[in-house]
Amino acid sequence: MAESMVAVNNVTKVYQRGKQQVEVLHGLTLEIPRGDFVALMGPSGSGKTTLLNLIGGLDQPTSGEILVGGSRIDQLGSSQLAHWRAHNVGFVFQFYNLMPVLSAESNVELPLLLTKLSAAQRKKNAAVALEVVGLADRAKHKPRELSGGQEQRVAIARALVSDPQLLVCDEPTGDLDRATADEILGLLQVLNREHGKTIVMVTHDPKAAEFARRILHLEKGRLLEQAA
Amino acid sequence: MTRAGFVIANLFRKRTRTILTLLSVLLAFVLFGLLQSVNSIFSAGESFVGATRLMTQARVSFTQPLPVSIVPKLEAVPGVARVAHSMWFGGIWQENTPLFVFAVDPLRQRDVYPEFVMPEAQWQSFAHTRTGIIVGKLLADQYGWKIGQKIPVSSNIYPQKNGSKAWAFDVVGIFDGKDEAWRKQTNQAFIQADYFDEANQFGTKGRANFFIIKLANGKQAESVSKTIDAMFENSPDETKTQTEKDFNLGFVKQIGDIGLIVHWILFAVFFTLLLVVGNTMAQSVRERIPELAVLKTLGFSDGAVLGFVLAEAFALCLCGGLIGLAIASLLGAMVAKGSGGQFQLELDGRIWAIGVLAIIVMSLAVGLLPALRARRLRIVDALAGR
Repeated sequence: MAESMVAVNNVTKVYQRGKQQVEVLHGLTLEIPRGDFVALMGPSGSGKTTLLNLIGGLDQPTSGEILVGGSRIDQLGSSQLAHWRAHNVGFVFQFYNLMPVLSAESNVELPLLLTKLSAAQRKKNAAVALEVVGLADRAKHKPRELSGGQEQRVAIARALVSDPQLLVCDEPTGDLDRATADEILGLLQVLNREHGKTIVMVTHDPKAAEFARRILHLEKGRLLEQAA
Repeated sequence: MTRAGFVIANLFRKRTRTILTLLSVLLAFVLFGLLQSVNSIFSAGESFVGATRLMTQARVSFTQPLPVSIVPKLEAVPGVARVAHSMWFGGIWQENTPLFVFAVDPLRQRDVYPEFVMPEAQWQSFAHTRTGIIVGKLLADQYGWKIGQKIPVSSNIYPQKNGSKAWAFDVVGIFDGKDEAWRKQTNQAFIQADYFDEANQFGTKGRANFFIIKLANGKQAESVSKTIDAMFENSPDETKTQTEKDFNLGFVKQIGDIGLIVHWILFAVFFTLLLVVGNTMAQSVRERIPELAVLKTLGFSDGAVLGFVLAEAFALCLCGGLIGLAIASLLGAMVAKGSGGQFQLELDGRIWAIGVLAIIVMSLAVGLLPALRARRLRIVDALAGR
């Protein structure tokens, strides 16, 4: 059996909305092996993004355990979690979330400011990451000078640059046309197959989900089924 | 790219807004620098260093003239070379143009003020013409006065014995300054004290507002000053003796409490500045909450994000503040040079130190609240736009 990259054990997540408590995840258990590419699907409000946030260390569960790469991230404090994120996980968002004041190259270099690499080495690593996503020639361009697909490639390069084993992607193609979306998904597939990255992707789009190795369906905070 | 580069890039995200804010900080610190140096001039204690002349007046106010008969006593004080005396005439030219006209002893004036340059023949003419007036070159040029001309000058204080405030004087000399600084002081005129005493209706005969003490040696200024004031202590004519510089400052001090005025102006300026820069910083953070959340997502800690926002506030205040203080230094030096050293409006180390402290305090005041807001951001809420 493949080594586990993500293990979610009996996780519950309750949000406080005003005076009301909303339970989004109900004792959810899930295991994702290293090198897997999982698509999380489900209707709005099913808890997909909440689960993704918990796996990426952006939020903490109300109860239960979350292990990523063998580390119990549900027990980490805010600073420890920030440090863990910087070294273990890359994020790709629906709306790219690049820094508009920085060039593509500087956007990719941004996470490396948290490392001890020299300025020259940071620049070199950023250039390599841009090369991997096929945007080496757009390094000096600001996000507003790039197309949506190019912006998402820069965001993927930024997620990759610190060489995390896990990539979490929240609707990475939600803002793109079909052809561009397929290019981005193809790129994620390459990263999964050729670079061994474990990818967890939330999507509404069944065609996007087909690029994954596995599709998981969530409904009302519970895992429904697993499809190959 | 570096963290500093990231801070600067963020600062110039809205270029026009940043430049306008920077200008407001800059102007506030120009005002701060100049007003602080004005304040230091007025709050400084008396300095006798390098003084070559002293001014003696009545202790209560120069408006109470002292008897000219004290001149021999003043000249008997060790260290005093010569004494001149001066009475304010309050001249008015034509309809309503005020003139600086003083009634003086001509030859004493010549001896005590060698900086006023005029041919000896004209000094002698002044000494021997009872209705004579000598005018500074600036005045002569301005009104086209020539030697030999009779000019009518009214006094807003002293009528003649016939009740008329209109006086007439014969221009017997035109004096210049020995250098640029003194040339700027040739905007005054002198009339004969003897003639003024005889002709004016008021009982000011034999009295003068100011006594100008020319020192034999600059090093004795303080001791001469103390000796003179001690000499007249507990007499009907108590004196106050100070350097020319302190005397001139005393005139300006009559406006009011300069220190208090300066403090209130600065309070108003900095309070307004806090609102302007504070609003800019708050708006800047509000606009990019998702970006700050992304920074945290990438692994920047809460403290690091707080640091970025504070660094932006600090960079803005530091840049505007230092340029402002530098401009104030430049302007102060120009004023000092232009006033012939009478107003040493120069920013010293103490003012720069207070300025830098003000920059730090202001950075914290305008940056801390937005920075704390950025620090407290919850990633999932900020990304979801909540």
